[in-house]
Amino acid sequence: MNRQQIWISLITLTLFAVVPPLTVLFDQPFYLDMFARIMILAIAAVSLDLILGHGGMVSFGHAVYMGIGAYAVGILSYYGIDNGFIQFPLAMLASALIGLIFGAMSLRTSGVYFIMITLAFAQMLFFLAISLEEFGGDDGMSAARSEFAGLIDMYDGVQFYYLIFACLALVLYLLHRLVLSRFGMVIRASRSNEKRMHAIGYPTYRYKLAAFTIAGTICGLAGALFANLNEFVSPDVMHWTHSGEIMVMVIMGGIGTLIGPVLGASAFLLLEEYLPEWMEMVMTNGGEHWAIVMGPILIAIVLFGRGGIHALFASRGKIGVKQND
Amino acid sequence: MDPLLLLEQAFNGLQFGVMLFLIAAGLTLVFGIMDLVNLAHGSLVMIGAYLATTLIAWTDSFIFGIALALPATFAVGVLVEVVALRTLYRRNHLDQVLATFGLILFFNEVVRIIWGAQSIYSGLPDYLSGQVEIIPGAPYPVFRLVIIAVGLIVAALIYTIVAHTRLGMLIRAGASNNEMVGALGINIKSLFTFVFALGAVFAGLAGMMLGPLTSVEPGIGEPLLILAFVVIIIGGIGSIRGAFIAAILIGMADTVGRVFLPVLLRIFVSDAAADTAGPALASMLIYILMAAILVVRPRGLFPARTG
Repeated sequence: MNRQQIWISLITLTLFAVVPPLTVLFDQPFYLDMFARIMILAIAAVSLDLILGHGGMVSFGHAVYMGIGAYAVGILSYYGIDNGFIQFPLAMLASALIGLIFGAMSLRTSGVYFIMITLAFAQMLFFLAISLEEFGGDDGMSAARSEFAGLIDMYDGVQFYYLIFACLALVLYLLHRLVLSRFGMVIRASRSNEKRMHAIGYPTYRYKLAAFTIAGTICGLAGALFANLNEFVSPDVMHWTHSGEIMVMVIMGGIGTLIGPVLGASAFLLLEEYLPEWMEMVMTNGGEHWAIVMGPILIAIVLFGRGGIHALFASRGKIGVKQND
Repeated sequence: MDPLLLLEQAFNGLQFGVMLFLIAAGLTLVFGIMDLVNLAHGSLVMIGAYLATTLIAWTDSFIFGIALALPATFAVGVLVEVVALRTLYRRNHLDQVLATFGLILFFNEVVRIIWGAQSIYSGLPDYLSGQVEIIPGAPYPVFRLVIIAVGLIVAALIYTIVAHTRLGMLIRAGASNNEMVGALGINIKSLFTFVFALGAVFAGLAGMMLGPLTSVEPGIGEPLLILAFVVIIIGGIGSIRGAFIAAILIGMADTVGRVFLPVLLRIFVSDAAADTAGPALASMLIYILMAAILVVRPRGLFPARTG
């Protein structure tokens, strides 16, 4: 992250921070919920950016860790354990563990094999969730919001919002430090030339696995927050299109910039919300066919939008990462 | 265990396997030659299914409907390649994944606009809807046997084309070094278009045969696409032979596993536990199989190319 990225990050976070007072002022509680959702997916997208943007690992199953985090909260709540101090660490631990296992197997491969194997592993857990009748199977299960021993009231929209905000800010800060650290250097260097890193004597596999596990853990946190937000958990959160959407957020916002994916998540969810309305204005019942516009938008971003939204604000040539795989 | 049930499930597995092969064949060729990860391949399955259903209803004949739907799918394949995918060959895999993901959204919505979001059903003619006894006492639907036969014929056809014709020679040459093929005076652009459209026809054919088995609805090809990915990973990307063996393996494992895993588990654990764990384990079986194979061979069973 360069100075510019830090400024963009601070401005973005400030904008998120002033949302609750504004929603109270204009009496629009809907937007509180909406921006809470945006920040949760931003956490997931930022975690993917660590491995996708900085590590060059094109993981196509990242939503699965959100699912694990969400199901950890849901299942604990099902057994009457509502304490967030137990739920959140366990959710992250579970995602870390699965990330470690999937990563250990996936990272033996590379390139397109890696893309497909991460997708397949995600599908595996998706079908597992569907077949677990005890936990709602296909229909999903409801989950009570976590309790933090009276410290934070999760049913209070504003308190919950600032908890998510704090998580996002913390994740951004920690990953920023991580990327700049020696560990981050090794990760980025093995993206650009893994053989050389290997020759220098770095066990790149272990470094990449560590990054993969960290990304999974953070995404698990996003999942735990997501379960709280919806008060509901279903296999849909792990659906492969959801993984694709998180990936789109990263690309849309600007790969390898950390703050870019936050912008990408905002843009994606706002488009998803308002595109149908705009299309409705152009054509009656156009709104239900919003995907016919969304699809070409994605293609256009990939083909022409080098650097994503982040590049609109940052001067050219300073884009953090050049992508190659 | 009932041996007749086992036989029936083995045939179902074979039928599922050849269907997966039809989808995986195009995917693996397109990847092997053009180095393109095409998520929208599942959309071609869907488009094939819709075109066939419509054309069968229009011509009022199953055979003519399919016969018209095949060239129509070929045309769609050519169109998609020329308009959308051609620019993606030189991009990295990430870009290809995202752009073709966008294509999926687009195609699903186009289908919803043209045919509606509801499932549509395509019936079978009388001569295909009956049952025959494969061995005395074991009736089996004729149509599923037809699928197996068509699948095996197409597999033989693909093998012959790739291994024994001039086109196949170009395809194999293109897979190992397409720039060199171009430099030798072959029109590489039209070769790519042709190969892609050929893959589209195979995928469409799978969709056409899937239609009468289930119902035709938007997004019908996506679950199959992911299985086809598993197939080409296990088989080794770019390898037709690998795709065939892996497709049959996956088809068998999935179908037979779903039926017999719960039965098998009952031997070891209580009935209640087996009934819960059985379906869960069965739905994960092929992915576990894939992981196991990749631990031993990270590039699949028959790696055709490196990179």
